Amino acid sequence: MLQRTIPLLILSASGLILILSYFSPITETWSEQVVSWFNILAGVAFVLGAGNLLAVNLEKISSKRPGWAYSAITLVSFGAMLVVGLSKWGAVPDAKHPDVHLAGSQDSTQAGYGWAYEYVLSPLTATMFALLAFYVASAAFRAFRAKNFEAILLLGTAFIILLVQIAAGAFLTNWIPEDSFFAFLRAESLKAIVTEVFQTAGMRAILIGIALGTAATSLRLILGIDRSALSKG
Amino acid sequence: MKQRNEQLPPGIRGFLIRMGQIDRRWIYLAVAVAIAAPMLARLRFPEVPGRMAQATFDAIESIPPGSRVLIAYDFDPASAAELEPMANAVLHHCASKGHRIALMALWPLGKQLADDAIRDILLEYHPEKVEGVDYVQLGFKTGNEGVIKLMSTSIAEAYAADASGKPITQIPLLEGVRTIGDFQLIASISAGTPGAQQWVQYGDSAMPDAFKFVAGTTGVQSSQLLPYYPKQMEGMLIAIKGAAEYEMLVTEKYPVTRSADRLALGRERMGPQFVAHLLLIGLIVLGNVSMLAARGWKGAAR
Repeated sequence: MLQRTIPLLILSASGLILILSYFSPITETWSEQVVSWFNILAGVAFVLGAGNLLAVNLEKISSKRPGWAYSAITLVSFGAMLVVGLSKWGAVPDAKHPDVHLAGSQDSTQAGYGWAYEYVLSPLTATMFALLAFYVASAAFRAFRAKNFEAILLLGTAFIILLVQIAAGAFLTNWIPEDSFFAFLRAESLKAIVTEVFQTAGMRAILIGIALGTAATSLRLILGIDRSALSKG
Repeated sequence: MKQRNEQLPPGIRGFLIRMGQIDRRWIYLAVAVAIAAPMLARLRFPEVPGRMAQATFDAIESIPPGSRVLIAYDFDPASAAELEPMANAVLHHCASKGHRIALMALWPLGKQLADDAIRDILLEYHPEKVEGVDYVQLGFKTGNEGVIKLMSTSIAEAYAADASGKPITQIPLLEGVRTIGDFQLIASISAGTPGAQQWVQYGDSAMPDAFKFVAGTTGVQSSQLLPYYPKQMEGMLIAIKGAAEYEMLVTEKYPVTRSADRLALGRERMGPQFVAHLLLIGLIVLGNVSMLAARGWKGAAR
């Protein structure tokens, strides 16, 4: 009983305080407190995340499920970064406290953490992101086919954006006089029409929908109607 | 009625159909060449500053020298290729204008990127700048939008000390600064959540008109942010094109005499983007021509 009631009370009180803080200066300092709790919990979530990473990958290794070797690499990398980071291995001594090892900085590549960031993490994450270019090209070739009216709209929009995002768009349309009736066909006008009219209108509708949904869900949580956040599974 | 594909000579029709089924590895090779060749040839194209790049430039220009500016590095190395050029240009612009700059990060690896920018841009072009007086590195703080919310009521609650551990009460730049409303301008260079959208929702909306807000964003995220321009966001730099346009404006007004390539990354990267976009357009045309050759106009519509 208490296991569910107390968290529900904390949840409701926190939600109400955060709402009231927008309307009353008295509750402003309370909201600071609540947001501080949130930030502490977010820090704890890192530890929980690490625990979850260990549990999921250890289970995968022990049951030798397909791809277990990747899990082993994940755990070895995780352990190595944890040890290097916490021990400040190779940290550059602090000028004011040269004798205190833990006061040293590990931002430079002389330190293990800085080295791993600069020469392992940065290139790896950048490579992963860069691979998108290849997949996007392949997907565009296969998927952008003018099969029906909706597909033609999508295709046309992609075509315009691809063209106006590079100098070729301006090169091809700059001959159209700015004050003529056809000025809307100039690259910058086409871009503005697509992004600031159609795209913005669509996104505004989506954002308003999300905001209403968030408000409704928040109210259900605060009033205790929706208790799914308190359940284990 | 005779369909168009039947009007094509069989040899050409067969060739077009085969082109539509081209192995994806050929596409990968074409993309690799389209990106690598302009990079190696250092291909550059003239950029005309767009409205949003100009608005970002004007926002930073419009506040008086000595104003406090907060730059949030809300991205990581994965999107650094797209966002680092604009982050560099914003930092150089603010420093050249004489603003006092606080750097922070809502992404764990953003702090390292901000450190790199301090070393490679701020101290490279403005060696006279003094830490704590002209700039301060606040570092990364966990809590996503919670950090922004907290900073809108009390910065000291979110950041008791800067990244080097110095209490913020001892930092001259932050003297008298209680909330983010005490900054004249905030710039978020953002690759996702938490980022520019959260700054608008939790920072700008908490104290509208207290500060100017500008954002730099990836092309993918830009659609989420467009509804906020120009009311909540004074300026917005979208993807590498936005960076290239803004770089032009900044270096025209505040040229640098050494290591100029660090403030030309955006324009340099527009070369590969130019060729890659043309390749994509070509591939899309090829795919559709091949489909039409195989099915004809009527068949394509089915």
